[in-house]
Amino acid sequence: MNRELTCIICPLGCKINVQLEEGEVLAVSGNTCPRGKTYAITECTAPMRTLTTSVRCQNGRLLSVKTDRPIPKEKQLEAMEIINHLHPALPIAVGDVIMKDVFGADVIATKNIN
Amino acid sequence: MKDLVIIGGGPAGMSAALAAYEQGIRDILILERDSSLGGILQQCIHNGFGLHKFGEELTGPEYAWRYEEKVRALNIPCKLNTMVLDISDQKVITATNREDGIFQIQARAIILAMGCRERPRGALNIAGARPAGIFSAGCAQKLINVEGYLPGKNVVILGSGDIGLIMARRMMLEGAKVHAVCELMPYSGGLARNIQQCLHDFDIPLKLSHTVVEIHGRERLEGVTIAQVGKDRRPIAGTEEYIPCDTLLLSVGLIPENELSKSAGIALDPITGGAVVDQDRQTSCKGIFACGNVLHVHDLVDYVSDEAELAGKSAAAYLQGASAPACSIPLKTGNLVRYTVPQVITEKKSVTVYFRVADVRRKVQVQVWSNDRLLYSKKKASVAPGEMEALTLSAALLEDASELTICIKEDQA
Repeated sequence: MNRELTCIICPLGCKINVQLEEGEVLAVSGNTCPRGKTYAITECTAPMRTLTTSVRCQNGRLLSVKTDRPIPKEKQLEAMEIINHLHPALPIAVGDVIMKDVFGADVIATKNIN
Repeated sequence: MKDLVIIGGGPAGMSAALAAYEQGIRDILILERDSSLGGILQQCIHNGFGLHKFGEELTGPEYAWRYEEKVRALNIPCKLNTMVLDISDQKVITATNREDGIFQIQARAIILAMGCRERPRGALNIAGARPAGIFSAGCAQKLINVEGYLPGKNVVILGSGDIGLIMARRMMLEGAKVHAVCELMPYSGGLARNIQQCLHDFDIPLKLSHTVVEIHGRERLEGVTIAQVGKDRRPIAGTEEYIPCDTLLLSVGLIPENELSKSAGIALDPITGGAVVDQDRQTSCKGIFACGNVLHVHDLVDYVSDEAELAGKSAAAYLQGASAPACSIPLKTGNLVRYTVPQVITEKKSVTVYFRVADVRRKVQVQVWSNDRLLYSKKKASVAPGEMEALTLSAALLEDASELTICIKEDQA
């Protein structure tokens, strides 16, 4: 079986062709870089996404956050449920961990709020 | 009197300021309308920025912070909450804020970095009433990501530019349902990666060659009628479909914000909507430079930073007494090329020319002609209006050129 993918690693958006047999990746073509190959294999076996969203701080202001590494694609909405309950105290600097281990990733701040 | 005043403290303004500082300019002032630096990046909380400049994937606020941190460390003065009202052709800037009232600054050089704004509903002529619930995609983005309000629960998006795609995912994550993204053209204007991760991931249908033909509802939007369009981009009778929704987001293009450039009497390019510039990003008004989305709308902020660094360096060279222009070679647009930046070359050195095409084509040659002489030709697998193209002309190539035309030669096959 062949699967056509659009690589999401960088803005080039390469069209990648993956040859699959019973869920096993046999060959990858069309990628311009090694990261594309890694993406294609993960995408066909256990797709992952970096989640970005925002949380309301205790002073009412919004803080933009992200998972510090990709989480399973199908867990994005569940992760949103968890993250939406966070109301961190200030001050917060870029990179501060807001919550540990949400589906294997830490939720970190992407903004400074004093 | 100030050596260099930069209008706008977004990614372009900050990069330009840092580049000018690096070249030895110290008397710099950044004027910013918002209450913080960073411009539109502050509301672009998704990732995908900085791969080219930093080799890693950053969110908008993180990318902005990389630059703001340096601006602060170097103590480059900024006036926030400050609105520039006018720039004269003598480089007198009139601005206003709460602390200083209305004030004027005479600048020796100016860099325009005001960015762009969204095309509004009024530019589209959609029939129907004027109910609440119709937002530009960027406005909805600010409401959700900065203010913390969800503008609606059932959404249709018109336009598949990157902001529209990003907002489709963002609304889904926040619990709204996006019923469709309609695109007038037979192809999307957004990046392929965004179609995958913002639409396909959430099973949002992308309806190419479709537009909104009618808006329903009096107080609040109740639904839209969409229809397929033909090659002439006009709706095809009988293809209408009603979609109930309470929110319509418009992601239908960006326009460089050049009211100030006009007041300074700067020549504008009717296609880009930005200033006509030379290879150093100097406008028709000597000592006034332009960069970023106020000059032409970029695909990636990384390229904005690159361009702003060039403008910052050029403004520094101008202040340090660079020599007058050596030549004037106009760059013209040929087959399928919509615009070029720069539009004129005034010095015979290596110049990178950026341009956009008018339509999607496969297997083409990018060509540069000087009168009837072919100077440059390069094969490209494909070109698309959504992707800015670049080519570099060497100093030797420009040696005896008097006028250059950039065109796309289509494959005969």
